[in-house]
Amino acid sequence: MPKDGGYVHPYIPNTSPAARRRMLDAIGVASAADLYDAIPNALKLKRPLDLPPPIASEHGLRKHVEGILAKNKSCAELLNFRGAGCWQHYVPAVCDEINRRGEFLTAYAGWSYSDHGKLQAIFEYQSLIGELVGLDVVSTPTYDWGAAADSAVAMACRLTGRKQILVPASMDRARLSQMRGFTKPFASVIEVAIDRKSGALDRRDLAARLSADTAAVYLEVPSSLGIVDGGAPDIVKRARAKGALAVVGVDPSTLGVLEAPGNYGADIVVGELQPLGMHMNGGGGLAGFIASRDEPRFVDEYPSFLISLTQVPENGAFGFGVGTLDRTSYHKRHAATDYYGTTQWLWGITAAVYLSLMGPQGMRELGEGIIQRAAYAAERIGRIKGVKAPLFTGAFFKEFVVNFDRTGKTVAAINKRLLRQGIVGGKDLSHAFPALGHSALFCVTEIHDRADIDRLATALKEAVS
Amino acid sequence: MMRRVEQFQAARWAEPLIMQLGTQGERGIVPPAPDEQIRKAAGKATARIPASLRRKAPPRLPEASQQTVLRHFTRLSQMTMGVDVTPDMMGTCTMKYSPKVNDHIARLPQLADLHPLQDESTIQGLLEILYRMNRIMCEIAGMDEFSFQPASGAQGIYANACIIRAYHESRGELDRRREIITTAFSHPADAATPAVAGFKVITLYPGEQGYPELDALKAALSERTAGIMFTCPEDTGLFNPKLPEFVDLVHRAGGLAAYDQANGNGLLGIIRAGDAGFDMCQFNLHKTFSAPHGAIGLGCAAVGVKKHLAKFLPNPVIAFDGKRYRLDADRPEAIDKIRAYLGNVHTVLKAYAWVMSLGAEGLKAVAETAVLNNNYLLAGIAKIRGASIPWPTNPHHRLEQVRYSWEQLAKDTGVTSDQILVRMVDYGLQHYMTSHHPMLVPEPFTIEPGESYSLDELDECLETLRRIADEAYTQPDLVKTAPHRASVPRLDEAAVDDPAKWAFTWRAWERKHAALAD
Repeated sequence: MPKDGGYVHPYIPNTSPAARRRMLDAIGVASAADLYDAIPNALKLKRPLDLPPPIASEHGLRKHVEGILAKNKSCAELLNFRGAGCWQHYVPAVCDEINRRGEFLTAYAGWSYSDHGKLQAIFEYQSLIGELVGLDVVSTPTYDWGAAADSAVAMACRLTGRKQILVPASMDRARLSQMRGFTKPFASVIEVAIDRKSGALDRRDLAARLSADTAAVYLEVPSSLGIVDGGAPDIVKRARAKGALAVVGVDPSTLGVLEAPGNYGADIVVGELQPLGMHMNGGGGLAGFIASRDEPRFVDEYPSFLISLTQVPENGAFGFGVGTLDRTSYHKRHAATDYYGTTQWLWGITAAVYLSLMGPQGMRELGEGIIQRAAYAAERIGRIKGVKAPLFTGAFFKEFVVNFDRTGKTVAAINKRLLRQGIVGGKDLSHAFPALGHSALFCVTEIHDRADIDRLATALKEAVS
Repeated sequence: MMRRVEQFQAARWAEPLIMQLGTQGERGIVPPAPDEQIRKAAGKATARIPASLRRKAPPRLPEASQQTVLRHFTRLSQMTMGVDVTPDMMGTCTMKYSPKVNDHIARLPQLADLHPLQDESTIQGLLEILYRMNRIMCEIAGMDEFSFQPASGAQGIYANACIIRAYHESRGELDRRREIITTAFSHPADAATPAVAGFKVITLYPGEQGYPELDALKAALSERTAGIMFTCPEDTGLFNPKLPEFVDLVHRAGGLAAYDQANGNGLLGIIRAGDAGFDMCQFNLHKTFSAPHGAIGLGCAAVGVKKHLAKFLPNPVIAFDGKRYRLDADRPEAIDKIRAYLGNVHTVLKAYAWVMSLGAEGLKAVAETAVLNNNYLLAGIAKIRGASIPWPTNPHHRLEQVRYSWEQLAKDTGVTSDQILVRMVDYGLQHYMTSHHPMLVPEPFTIEPGESYSLDELDECLETLRRIADEAYTQPDLVKTAPHRASVPRLDEAAVDDPAKWAFTWRAWERKHAALAD
C-alpha cells in the first residue's frame, strides 16, 4: 500500500511527501486512504492486487513489450496478399507524422474554441469523403465499416417504417454477424443470392425478395468477394422504385476511378476509411463513415456527431461546431434508437491528410494501378494447373476469388506452404462460403510490384503441385 | 511554479480550409506505378470497369504540394488542446498522461503492420499481449474472462446489454425480461445502448444524498427485470455505499448486474467489481488505462464477465495451451460480432505497457492520487465565490470527480456555466465538462483531475476558475463575450442547428452559399 509520500512514479506527480502533506492539509484529512470513507469496509480489497511485478525503467519496459512483439511476423516482413476488410496499402509518411502529433493524439472532447483545429480537420475529412461519394452529409468516423452499415440500415428502417433488410449473400460473414446482432430487436436481415458465374448480385432473386416490407437494399461496391457489380446503379433504382432506401457500402480507395454512389442515386453510402492512410494495426486501423443527401429527415436519423462549418459573425472567418446534438444518444438516453461515443476520429483526421496528399490525380493513378496489378495477378495465378482465377467472371478491383478444387488441396494446406516461403496467401473462404468449394480471396494493392506477384504465382504453383 | 495564465494566447493561424489551398495540377504524393509489363498485360484499367460505374468526373480533392499539406495539418494540430499541451480536467473523461513510450512501441511494424487474419503462428506476440492483459484485467476487476473487442465505452456497455440479452434468451426468459434499470447520473450510453439492444429502460433518479435509494430500486424491480447498468461513483463522484445491496436485490429478482467502470480511476486496487457481486463490468482502456483518447478515439472497452457468462463474449477469444496462443471462434453461444476482428489492439497494447510500468502498488497510487487531487480541487473550489457543491448534507468525500454548480454565480451575475467554460480557454486550459443529460444540477460543471497533473497545475486550474468567477462579478460581459484569446473568436453557434445554414461538408456549404448569394 502506498504511503502518503515515498512512492514516486514518473507518471504520478503529487506522490512526493511534501506535495502530499500540503494537499492533505488543505483537505483536512490525515491520509489519502481516509478519502474512501464512503466505501463499506467489507467491499475493500484487503490485499495488494496480484499482478506481474512492475518494470520501473522505460528501457526495461520497452525491452519486455518489444520482446513479446518480436514474436510477431508482420506484413512489413512477409509478402501479404490477404485483405478481406483490412488492406495493406502504402501509408504516406505525412499521415503518420500528423496522427502522432500529441496535440491530436491526446485531444478528446474539447469543442469549438479549445479544439478548433481538430474540428477543422474532421470537417475536412467529412468534406473530402463527400467529394468521393458524391453526397453532402458525411458523419464523423464510426467504429468500422460494419458499424456504419448497421447504423445506415437502421436509419433506413426508421425512415421507411419497414423491417426487412436485403443484403448480398457475398457479404463478409463477420460484417453480417455485426448487422444481424445490431438489427435483431427491430428488423430481419435477408440474403439475396449472388450469380454463381459472375459473382454479381442475382437480380432475379433481388426482384423476388424486394417488397413493400423492404426497408433497405444494402449492396457493396466492390462486394466482399471483390466483385465490381456493374448492375449497382440498376439495383439502386429498383430498390428506390419499391420505396426502399439504397444503402451502398464502398471501399473508398476505388473512388478515384469508380463512380460516386451518390451520382447513381444511393440514399446512404457507408464504407471503410482504413485504406486511406491507416496502417492495418492488427485490425485496429479500421474506421467507418456514413454519408447521405442533405435533408433534415436524414440528418435527424444520424447517430453520430456531425461537424458543421459556421462563421464568426463580425468577419466571416470560419469556425466549427457540432450540429443538432439533441438527436444523439447523449441527449436521448433511454429513448435512443442508436448510440454514439468515442469512435475513431484520429483515423478520420488521417484520412483527410491522405486524400489531401493524393488529390484527384493520385486517387486515379492508385485505382488504375491496382486494377492493372490485380488483373495481372489473377491472370498469372489462373495459368497454374488446376487453379481457377478469377473464379468469377465479374469485374474486380483489388480482390478476387481463386478456386483450388481441382488441385485436390485445401486452402489451409496451400496457405501453410505459402507461409513457409514468407507469403501470406488469400483469406480462406471454404468455411464461410462452402458453396465456393476450396476458394480463397486474394488481395493485390499498389504495394505489390511485378516481382512480388510473380513470386506469389511461382510459390502457388509449387504449393498446389 | 505556476504559469501566468493571463498571458496566454492560443495559436490563431486563420488557416484556410484544405479545399482552398494549392493550385490546380499540384500534388502531395505519387503512388507507385505498375511497371510496363503489367500495364501491357492488363491493358487499359478503365476498360476493366463496367461502363455504368466508370467515374465521369474526378473527385474535387485538394491539389497541393506535400509541404502545403503537412503545414496545414500541423497548424490545425497547434490549434488543438490535447493533454500533451495543457491540462484537461474534463469530468467523466479521465484525461491523464499517455506515456510516449507506449505510443512508440505501438507504432512498430510488429504491431502496426499486422493483418488481423494472419496465421496464428505469425501473431503469437499480439495474442500473448491480449492474453496477458486479459489475466491482468481479471485480477483488477475480480472477473473470470475479458474481451477487448468493443472500441469504446459506449460499445462496451452495448456489448454488456447484448450479453444480458443472450443470457436471458438462453434461459428462455427473454420474452418476459424486457427491462433494464440504470441511473440518471450514469453515462447516457448506460440508458441508450440497452434501448438499442431492445430493452425498455428504467432510470433511477438520485435521492437526498445524491444517489438513488434502495427503495427506488425496489420499486423498479420485477419479474420483467433483465438487469442493471450500474455506475458507481456516478458522474457526481459520490460512491453509493448501498452498492452491494443494489447488486443483491437485482440478483434476487433474477436480473444480471453490470458495473460501468468508466469512472473507475479512483478504485484501482481499492474495490473489485467481481467481489461486489457484479456479473460483468467494463473499463475504458483509453481513459483509466492511459491509452490516448485520439481526438475522440481510438478507444477500447475491456468487457469482463464471470464464468457463467464467458460463453457469451463475442468471437474470437484467445486460448492458451501453455505453449501456443490461438484464436477460438468455435463458441456457438457467443453474441454477434461487436466490432471487426479483435478490436483496437494497439489500444490494448498501450494499456498493457502502462500497467506493466506501474504494477499493483502503482495502480493503487494512481487511484489514491486521483482521489487526493480531486479532493484538493474540491477544497479550493468550495472557496470560490458563486460555486457550490451539490448535496452538502452527504458526509462522505467524493472520489475521482465532482459535479459542481455555478447556480449562485449565475443568479448573481447572469453568467452561465457554458460561458465560463469558454472563458477557460482564454487562460490556456482545456475547458471542463458541464454535464451529461439530464442536466439535474443547475449550471453544472464537472471536473476530474486524474492522477497525472502536478500540484502547480491543480493550483493553476483553481486560480483560473477563481479569476473567471471574479470577472463574472466585476466584468460579466468579458466572460459572456469570450473567447478572446482562443484560436477563433465567438462563432455563430445557432447556424449549426439550422437546416438552411448547417454544412457538414464543403460542397454543402458552397451550395447553400451560392443559393444565398442568388
